[in-house]
Amino acid sequence: MTQRRPAVFLLFLALVGFAFAAPGDGEWLNKVPAKDRLRPNPFAANPDAPVAGGKIFAEHCAECHGEDAQGKTQGKHVRPNLHAGRIKQATPGELFWLLANGSQKNGMPSWSRLPDAQRWQLITFLKSLP
Amino acid sequence: MNPYSRPVRKLSAYAPIFIAMLALVPQLHAQENYFVTYSHELEEPDNLEIAAKSVTGAPKGGNPFVATALEFEYGVKTWWTSELYLDGQTTAGESTLFTGFRLENRVRPLLREHWINPVLYFEFEDINTADKALLEVVGHDSRADLLVRNKRSDKQREAELKLILSSNFKGWNVSENIIAEKNLNNSPWEFGYALGASRALALAASARPCRFCPENFALGAEIYGGLGDRHSFGLPDTSHYLGPVVTWNIPRGPTLRLSPNFGLNQNSNGFLFRFMLSYEIDQFLSKLRSPR
Repeated sequence: MTQRRPAVFLLFLALVGFAFAAPGDGEWLNKVPAKDRLRPNPFAANPDAPVAGGKIFAEHCAECHGEDAQGKTQGKHVRPNLHAGRIKQATPGELFWLLANGSQKNGMPSWSRLPDAQRWQLITFLKSLP
Repeated sequence: MNPYSRPVRKLSAYAPIFIAMLALVPQLHAQENYFVTYSHELEEPDNLEIAAKSVTGAPKGGNPFVATALEFEYGVKTWWTSELYLDGQTTAGESTLFTGFRLENRVRPLLREHWINPVLYFEFEDINTADKALLEVVGHDSRADLLVRNKRSDKQREAELKLILSSNFKGWNVSENIIAEKNLNNSPWEFGYALGASRALALAASARPCRFCPENFALGAEIYGGLGDRHSFGLPDTSHYLGPVVTWNIPRGPTLRLSPNFGLNQNSNGFLFRFMLSYEIDQFLSKLRSPR
């Protein structure tokens, strides 16, 4: 029984570590595999995609990132501004990877439940932001 | 006198309260596409989903019933979702009663998306034998369990573990659940399974605002049943159900889900009808702390 205690303690420490991880730091960009960075956006030239992506944004993202995508502070949580240079400079493939995997320790959930097409439409919308 | 009339009158007394609750809630959308099967999708952090999951049936030799599990699902972290269920049921010709509660936690051990995504599920149930919510089928559960008279029900405390495996691929979700449940009153472990597959009717969103666009609907099917217990593992004397599932995610509104379930053997109830209405309140605690 006593041999189990260190393992339980380590598990507890790991859970506490995840719980208090730092907010949006762009660290996720370093984790994107090379082949994913280069994925092209099949909806980049689709004239309806920014509007459709805006609809998806309003439904799923605006509550945290703000209706105007300018970011929000909710209690101790800082939700990033999506007009920021980090988003403008990110490749569509990098953003697609982020939407698929989330940045879980920073509070960004995975959006893999959205079909690929809707995630690309969302990226087209994000890239259209001024 | 219609045996349904009294329970229906009782339930209708609560309708104004429920309608008022719906009016107060601004928007939403649920993420699961099944009734029994869990996928790896967890609640978004700080979101609260309130759902009424109901099942109705008319077991042979028993009275028709409607059982409802009122579900409060909260996203604690991106990798951790916690739920409280309050169960109740109305059986025609018998009574309406609260049958207990369930506390459930789901934890996603791998933070990135994989080909197969595991989720660990832990639940404690404090319910009684009159509970008919049928949130899972395990062991040698059968239609005879639906014949238990409300006034003769006994209390049971159970622990339940699930291994949830789930994949999203080309718009499809495929989920497999392996279930182990133990009545804490010195009974053997019981086992069960649930499998589901679903897909949105359209993968790309349309540019125009619409409630009836195909991307707001998901179609799928699930199959679930018991696998015996530790002393008699396998399919003999177990019950199994199969049914299509239709989900309608109303943009900035509630989610509605329907599923007719068909019993697959003589131990199963011939037909069950499941229906659900859910709302998700985004950023629940943040709104409470700093109301707009």
